[in-house]
Amino acid sequence: MCGLTYFVGGVKMKTGFRRVLGAVEMCTHSLAGTVMNTHMPRVGVRIGLLMMMVLIFVIYPAPTHAMHIMEGFLPPVWSLFWTALTLPFLYLGFQRIRRTLAANPGLKMLLGLVGAFVFVLSALKMPSVTGSSSHPTGVGLGAILFGPMTMTVIGVIVLFFQAVLLAHGGLTTLGANTFSMGVVGPLLAYGIFKFCRGLAVPQWLGVFLAVAFSNLATYVTTSLQLALAFPAEPGGVVSSFLKFGGIFAVTQIPLAISEGLLMVVVFNALVAHNARELKELKVLLREPGR
Amino acid sequence: MPKVCNWVILVVVVAVAVFALVTPEGTNFPGTDTLAKEAINQIRPHYRPWFSPVWEPPGGAMESLLFALQAALGAGFIGFYFGYLYGRRRAGHGGRS
Repeated sequence: MCGLTYFVGGVKMKTGFRRVLGAVEMCTHSLAGTVMNTHMPRVGVRIGLLMMMVLIFVIYPAPTHAMHIMEGFLPPVWSLFWTALTLPFLYLGFQRIRRTLAANPGLKMLLGLVGAFVFVLSALKMPSVTGSSSHPTGVGLGAILFGPMTMTVIGVIVLFFQAVLLAHGGLTTLGANTFSMGVVGPLLAYGIFKFCRGLAVPQWLGVFLAVAFSNLATYVTTSLQLALAFPAEPGGVVSSFLKFGGIFAVTQIPLAISEGLLMVVVFNALVAHNARELKELKVLLREPGR
Repeated sequence: MPKVCNWVILVVVVAVAVFALVTPEGTNFPGTDTLAKEAINQIRPHYRPWFSPVWEPPGGAMESLLFALQAALGAGFIGFYFGYLYGRRRAGHGGRS
């Protein structure tokens, strides 16, 4: 509502200040509503406020557009190829969600939370130290909690929304973008988390590595998809891959670290407030020792 | 993990974003997809996108609004969820049984 007034005001803002004001107002409104409705404790409010602060800082200088493969920028053959490759994962994901919720309907809220994180984080175009901007994916946390296929479904929903309403990504590239963000990223996050647990690595480190590498892997995959579609005249796919990789992956490294750290905080909050459901999902093997 | 750690982590996350702002590039951060588009033009100068977005937000202000709305909706739900967890725990079931 605040956003609407600042839009109707017709102020053209290239720089982020007004946008920050709008975002602050909108966030505080939604936060205030939540606090009043549910009597959040001080700790909860603090966590919430801190997250808002991080989000606001991070929204600040976003220019138009960030990553994902742009509409129409994959030749039709490759569009079909990646879509075909994604469909089985999507099918398995729907089945997996149905089974999870049938076995434990109480997990609906946690699934909503996981979706909300992908939603928020894909809207945040963070500036990176390399002088370009990109955004976190948010799929790592969900993959750890609900398994990788579940995130394929959530990924395709968010990407579809962004393609239709924001001209970010695209419908013809939906398959390819879902494959990188909803298949490769979550699979890697899930694998790393399980692997770290097998090695008895501290849990927070497992979460960090899983989320950070899933974020990176998403953009390495994007680079590979572009390189396969656009091999360079001398040098072929490899040279193209290095070129696109330089654009996506390098920008992504600081963001991957940020996302990893942020998810450790979120994971800690979940362990503190919701150990029971994490145990049901077999994410926590035992009650947290205090 | 003690609460202090969470605070330190959040400060680091904010610091990374802020650090990016004080680098010589200033506040001009082209999106990686714009850079990728340029790279494609170099490799294949005659490539033309064969499909264009069905709808584009009219102007930067509208686009910012939609992105902010997306973030706000998600953030609202996240706040709601942690409030829900707290309420449930206070009511005496769930949480650290």
